[in-house]
Amino acid sequence: MSTTGDSTTRAEWPLYEVFVRGKRGLNHVHVGSLHAADDRMALTHARDLYTRRNEGVSIWVVRSEHITASTRDEKDPFFSPSADKVYRHPTFYDIPEDVPHI
Amino acid sequence: MTTPNATVPAEGAQKPLQEHFDATIARDQRIEPRDWMPEGYRRTLVRQIAQHAHSEIIGMQPEGEWITRAPSLRRKAILFAKVQDEAGHGLYLYSAAETLGVDRADLTQRLIEGRQKYSSIFNYPTLSFADVGVIGWFVDGAAICNQVPLCRSSYGPYARAMVRICKEESFHQRQGYELLMTMMRGTEAQREMVQDAVDRWWWPSLMMFGPPDGDSPNSAASMAWKIKRHSNDELRRRFVDMTVPQADKLGVTLPDPELRWNPERGRHDFGTPDWSELQRVISGDGPCNSERMERRRSAHEEGAWVREAATAHAAKQAARAEEGAVA
Amino acid sequence: MSDEHVYLSLAEGHDDSDARWAFGTGFEDPLHGVDTAVPEGVDAAELAAHCLALGDDALVAAQRLAEWCTRAPELEEEVALANIGLDLLGQARLLYSRAGQVDGTGRDEDAYAYLRDPADFRNVRLAELPCGDFAFSMARLLVTSSWRLAVFERLARTAQDPVLAAIAAKGVNELTYHRQYAAEWTVRLGDGTEESHRRMRAGLEQTAPYLEELFTAAATCGADPAGVRHEVTAALRQVTEAAGLPAVEAEPLPGHGREGDRTEHLAPLLAELQGIARAHPGAVW
Ligand SMILES: [Fe+2]
Ligand SMILES: [Fe+2]
Repeated sequence: MSTTGDSTTRAEWPLYEVFVRGKRGLNHVHVGSLHAADDRMALTHARDLYTRRNEGVSIWVVRSEHITASTRDEKDPFFSPSADKVYRHPTFYDIPEDVPHI
Repeated sequence: MTTPNATVPAEGAQKPLQEHFDATIARDQRIEPRDWMPEGYRRTLVRQIAQHAHSEIIGMQPEGEWITRAPSLRRKAILFAKVQDEAGHGLYLYSAAETLGVDRADLTQRLIEGRQKYSSIFNYPTLSFADVGVIGWFVDGAAICNQVPLCRSSYGPYARAMVRICKEESFHQRQGYELLMTMMRGTEAQREMVQDAVDRWWWPSLMMFGPPDGDSPNSAASMAWKIKRHSNDELRRRFVDMTVPQADKLGVTLPDPELRWNPERGRHDFGTPDWSELQRVISGDGPCNSERMERRRSAHEEGAWVREAATAHAAKQAARAEEGAVA
Repeated sequence: MSDEHVYLSLAEGHDDSDARWAFGTGFEDPLHGVDTAVPEGVDAAELAAHCLALGDDALVAAQRLAEWCTRAPELEEEVALANIGLDLLGQARLLYSRAGQVDGTGRDEDAYAYLRDPADFRNVRLAELPCGDFAFSMARLLVTSSWRLAVFERLARTAQDPVLAAIAAKGVNELTYHRQYAAEWTVRLGDGTEESHRRMRAGLEQTAPYLEELFTAAATCGADPAGVRHEVTAALRQVTEAAGLPAVEAEPLPGHGREGDRTEHLAPLLAELQGIARAHPGAVW
């Protein structure tokens, strides 16, 4: 994957998916992704980037690799199972129960 | 890098996938990340979105220089927020690109090695504070012309990023134009600054739409795939038609003697940009190319120890948590 | 939907309450609607001096944060540092506006920011030191945000001037975030790698001589200095311990920023900040 140097000099922050509840009464909605070294940093970045620190909204962040995606349609002849892992961040998925609610 | 190629089904299986993809495009529906897509579509998107993301990030530089020098606190706050927005735009777009199986770190590497491009407009220097206004008016205005149609781009994550971005771009254009209106009401020297900035940025702004349609090799495929919705020349014409009345209102002259309203065609005729200049700037020979790249490279390289430290700390924390759980 | 419709719908409804745009960038006076009369029993000259000093701290700090623009170690940090800079710039503007209302001169925010010489500035000296590396910037932010938060929390409760109390209350939310951001980075860098540990330690050491100045009555502008010292010292100890770093201690630097003592770094900072504004007398921006 790397195009430069060895892995020790290239410490990349993992990808996180961000979900925002814009206001009370609404579901959390997927708004995009960002990179962060850890969960706390991901939350801080999410607040800075996707809500511009608008207080009162609720944010979930989850490591992209921890998201399990449903297949689009098991019977769908066009679905190509091997493509499952190719694109790293699915847009249609069920949100796992254990995502921390902040 | 893992490429989707490795997982593309064999010839026979690919045909129904291709038909399904074509039908989705024909119905004007969005392609989403986990859908099958032709490799050319994916590659075109990666190139276009990455180039777009790089442009947002490099585009922070010409204006960023003026935040510390802005002549009023209100202008300082506006400019600071605007340049920050551009960083956000870059992030939204890298995020969209990453849905296609590329890494932001790789894209950044390709940028600083000169293997991927960014918009040629950001290779021109900013010489006075009026440039901040003219960039908002012309460059963000041109970006709006380019990007509003992209809100309907066939690739879902790209289209959604564009919606978010376009909302902010309209602020950018307004603040620029408002700065210029204020300056035009000021001193004679300020009016001269505005006209000078208009003279310098007009032609480079027209070139932002890319080469004329006849010389734009990738355009046709992008239009067929509905990644792009209008041709370069069409967008350029829209920009001119939108800008001319604004220039009149402002009281500045656009530096094109051939510019005039054509009542028969219902739009403006205008002169031809110096395409050889665009070629020069794109190929790296613009006034500020090396400066811009150098800044991006040094920020990235000088930040490496910070990024590494954060990763190291996260790893240590994870190890500590595990130890704690075992004990 | 045609493109034009998309554009029109985008252009609509951008009022100044829109949270995506920076505070105070609209056309309205940020203190609009607030009763600006100086309450009875309040020493107007002292109140003005406090607003000016706290405003100078914020403006100089925001200017230093703006220097990070396009140079941050990661793009997400670019956005975060700008947010903090914008918060502080917003605080400076409100405080200057208040100073202009109470000192009898009727000056606007820009008169204070652009038309005073370095000798007239009253910021604490820690704010004006050069940007340094990311570790020093985080060390300084940790110290100044912890300190400013302690001051603002007290002013929000006890300031006799309701406008200053309101400005402080608004600032508390912002500063809480700044302190958290800086504390997290201090821990990451202190704990991260050998290099980051060394840099973070050096960054904190560099702030140490400027600490004592923060805990004087002149610096805390009406907030109880002993309480502020106690709170800040405890906060710094908590963070440095978590980061595996030694406590911040050094001989205090003589003199005081609030009395007009300056380092060599303020004059060039102000030359850059004020240059264009001063080159065009009579201009409007
Ligand atoms: Fe942008
Ligand atoms: Fe913009």
